[in-house]
Amino acid sequence: MTLSVRTCPTVDEASAALAAGRARYLGGGTLVVRNASEGDLSFDTLVRSTDPALSRIAVAGGEASLGAGVTMAAITRHPGLAAIAKAARAVGGPAIRNMATVGGNLFAAAPYGDFAVALMALGATVEAGGKALGIDDFLQVRDDIRTMVTGVRFPLPAAGAFRFVKVSRIKPKGVSVLSIAAVIETDAGGAVCSARVALGCMADRPIRARAAEAALVGATLTEAGVAKAVAAVSEGIRPITDPIASAWYRGEVLPVHFRRLLLA
Amino acid sequence: MAKKVPVQVTLNGEERAEFVESGATLLNALRGRFGDTSPKGGCHQGTCGACSVIIDGELKLSCLTLAEACDGAEIVTTAGLATNSAMHPLQRAFAEGFAAQCGFCTPGMIMAAKALLDQKPDPTREDVIEALSGNICRCTGYEPIIQAVLAAAAASPHKAA
Amino acid sequence: MIRLAKEYFADQRDDDLKQLGQAFHRSDVPGHVTGKTNYFADRSFPGMLHLKMVRSPHHHARIRSIDTSEAEKHPGVARVLTHKDVPHNVYTILILIQIGPEDEQVLAADKVRWKGEAVVAVLADSERAAQEAAAKVKVDYEVLPAVLDMEAALKPGAPIVNEYHGQNYYRYDSGACRKVRFGDVEKGFAEADHILEQTYRSSPIEQAPAETTGCIVVPEGNDRFTCYTNTQALFFSLDNTSIILQMPGHKLRFVGGTVGGGFGGKVDVTTEPIAILASKLTGRPVSFIYSREEEMQVSSPRAAETIVIKDGVMNDGRIVARYVKGYTDAGAYSRHSPYGAQKGAAHYPGPYTIENVWADTYCVYTNRTPSSAMRGFGVTIADFALEVQMDKLARLIGMDPLEFRFINAYRDGDMKAHRQPTEGAALIECMQEASKAANWPVAEKYLRMSSYKGG
Ligand SMILES: Cc1cc2nc3c(=O)[nH]c(=O)nc-3n(C[C@H](O)[C@H](O)[C@H](O)COP(=O)(O)OP(=O)(O)OC[C@H]3O[C@@H](n4cnc5c(N)ncnc54)[C@H](O)[C@@H]3O)c2cc1C
Ligand code: FES
Ligand code: FES
Repeated sequence: MTLSVRTCPTVDEASAALAAGRARYLGGGTLVVRNASEGDLSFDTLVRSTDPALSRIAVAGGEASLGAGVTMAAITRHPGLAAIAKAARAVGGPAIRNMATVGGNLFAAAPYGDFAVALMALGATVEAGGKALGIDDFLQVRDDIRTMVTGVRFPLPAAGAFRFVKVSRIKPKGVSVLSIAAVIETDAGGAVCSARVALGCMADRPIRARAAEAALVGATLTEAGVAKAVAAVSEGIRPITDPIASAWYRGEVLPVHFRRLLLA
Repeated sequence: MAKKVPVQVTLNGEERAEFVESGATLLNALRGRFGDTSPKGGCHQGTCGACSVIIDGELKLSCLTLAEACDGAEIVTTAGLATNSAMHPLQRAFAEGFAAQCGFCTPGMIMAAKALLDQKPDPTREDVIEALSGNICRCTGYEPIIQAVLAAAAASPHKAA
Repeated sequence: MIRLAKEYFADQRDDDLKQLGQAFHRSDVPGHVTGKTNYFADRSFPGMLHLKMVRSPHHHARIRSIDTSEAEKHPGVARVLTHKDVPHNVYTILILIQIGPEDEQVLAADKVRWKGEAVVAVLADSERAAQEAAAKVKVDYEVLPAVLDMEAALKPGAPIVNEYHGQNYYRYDSGACRKVRFGDVEKGFAEADHILEQTYRSSPIEQAPAETTGCIVVPEGNDRFTCYTNTQALFFSLDNTSIILQMPGHKLRFVGGTVGGGFGGKVDVTTEPIAILASKLTGRPVSFIYSREEEMQVSSPRAAETIVIKDGVMNDGRIVARYVKGYTDAGAYSRHSPYGAQKGAAHYPGPYTIENVWADTYCVYTNRTPSSAMRGFGVTIADFALEVQMDKLARLIGMDPLEFRFINAYRDGDMKAHRQPTEGAALIECMQEASKAANWPVAEKYLRMSSYKGG
């Protein structure tokens, strides 16, 4: 069988095409075309959609919504998304960013998925098959989803609340040893009133650092104040092992980078 | 027999149409069908950058792009940069600065550099490093390439295209 | 910046150098920057078949059976090759210079000895069809215990990696190892003020050229074949192919050309024989190009080495004895490693004159990817070990590491441990320049030294 490609003008048609048989959606193609070239025989049709809704970015009323086909490069260029641009810029090199989509990043297995880590910290909602799912739930079921993701939306974080770090061994571009995203809000006295922390490479997909989040609430972002959260960040992690780093190494350096991110 | 599909593109300023194998990457189509072997296949997995081309003004990896998805697109490759046998400033700078050793990464490097200079005619060293960060060179150690891009920018201010 | 230091050795030459110090354009550079340079894969031929190799998933296993029937029936498949199709299936590259025995299979017959070893070659109209058919090849393996490092390989009772050798090391005409014996090391150690023994280890290193290994073969219709290849060793490849396929050399036309980086990684003969055989049996052009994964996992890396160095040194800085045991991990097959290990034996004194030397170097077989050449193989890792050892020795006796090297540097006329008199030495002069360039001052007497005898 050769690989066939179906181009659909609308999301609905693409979704229908996906439901029929051994098909995969083609976003930017940076993972799925690579898989096909490397001999992944689990699909024989690639479905793509030219629906303009997929590449729409809307920022209004304190909320951002991104079509699934929005690229990392488009995010870095958008003036309304400057607060989170760092996470999009962390993905690949310039050519990858011109191709890699938000939708594809949600499906990317670790060590990839840096932007999905950010979306998790931002508490994003994923629109899939006409339904809205919290990102935590979406990531649990993503492998069984046979429909299209059409977009994501999330509340824009307060100024300075979004923190993100990607650690890699090659500068300026490299695959993640780990990535950490956090949305941390503090009150007038400097005490943390809310915290969402997401970790990349600490499982096969992004996970929340719930114990660290709980330890952060009420704490101040000082060396002593963050100590408990730093100690708790490794709770429940199952880091991946790949040619970039071993699970052991990833687990060892996680608290170090988390501490730096909190104190930055 | 593999199914063939028609693909029409503007390749280096020229209207071209070819039948390509369904599911073929743009890299394989350019090299095998359109007869432009300047993009190189170093990995077919997006990691080396040797296949970089400019599609509708954006730097892309032709090994991860499907040829069919480029129908109607405007594609620029390193083979299209020289005009009337006069080299593009980037090509001249690469040649003069020993920025090409085995030469395999060179067409991709030049495309990545061109995409940068098209946007930012006066880049900083950091801009250049960032722009080339998706391209691997195993021979030169990068420094001559960075210097060549800076030299090309200096030689042709604001007219790098 | 290039500066010609013509003052050195001025009496050895007429000062009529015209080209040195001049800037010249490389003749291949216009092609590189315009994308016109032709690499082997910049060709396509109508009807070209794609070769996909089915490889061993095990480090060490017996092959009970190979079933290609389903693969052969797959749409688009032109031919499936096994060891039975290869006229002279067991070969070794260096047989051309009488370094045997033949110990490596082109396609595995009864056993696989490393993870990634070629077993079955599938030829199809498209890469996708070849991949699909390859997935249908059934090989029944009985997994055997594997040895994955040299220590394990040399232990008594270790599983035998390669039966063609009979033991897990290469047997030289000098015995289990290459030997260098010079002076009397025991006497040297007895006299020494200090003795330092250290062990150095390196991992395999992949050359990772930008262009992967491969070739394209075109049948010329008269039982002759043109092979466009990126081999670094054109006639080596041609002669070995001639042996493997039992075809006279004049039927094989090898076309080389610009190689997209090799760094030693393209000296083996891994794609040409099987691609030419496929072309012969199908009458069609054949392309066999390693994927990036194959390049990284299957192509031969630089060997892992273990090097034990024991030196005797005097308080005045002279090294008076050196004892070395060097081990080169050849992986499952010889390829160039017996030669690499031998080179190490001659090299171990380094560019230093030491009166008493004892060196043993072993070429060891393990169930790892066969290793081969990479930039100075047999010497590069040895140099790493030697120069680290030199620094440690200098520290041990409280001497400046550069001055310590001046004291031991070889000079014209010195006899090297492997009985070659030193000629044309320039180490001292290089160190003098380096001392200035690096702003690492040494005592005046070292700046007055020369490589000339008595200087
Ligand atoms: C060299 C290289 C470097 C990379 N570096 C990074 C990095 O630093 N960080 C990082 O996070 N990632 C990285 N990646 C991985 C990848 O580029 C990104 O994760 C990217 O966002 C994936 O998006 P895509 O659009 O290319 O996905 P595709 O390859 O198009 O799709 C990936 C998967 O998601 C599915 N999918 C895509 N969109 C949808 C949709 N709308 N609905 C349903 N299913 C969908 C596809 O069917 C497929 O299974 C890198 C990849 C390469 C090749
Ligand atoms: S061939 Fe496309 S990035 Fe290597
Ligand atoms: S010049 Fe050889 S890879 Fe860059």
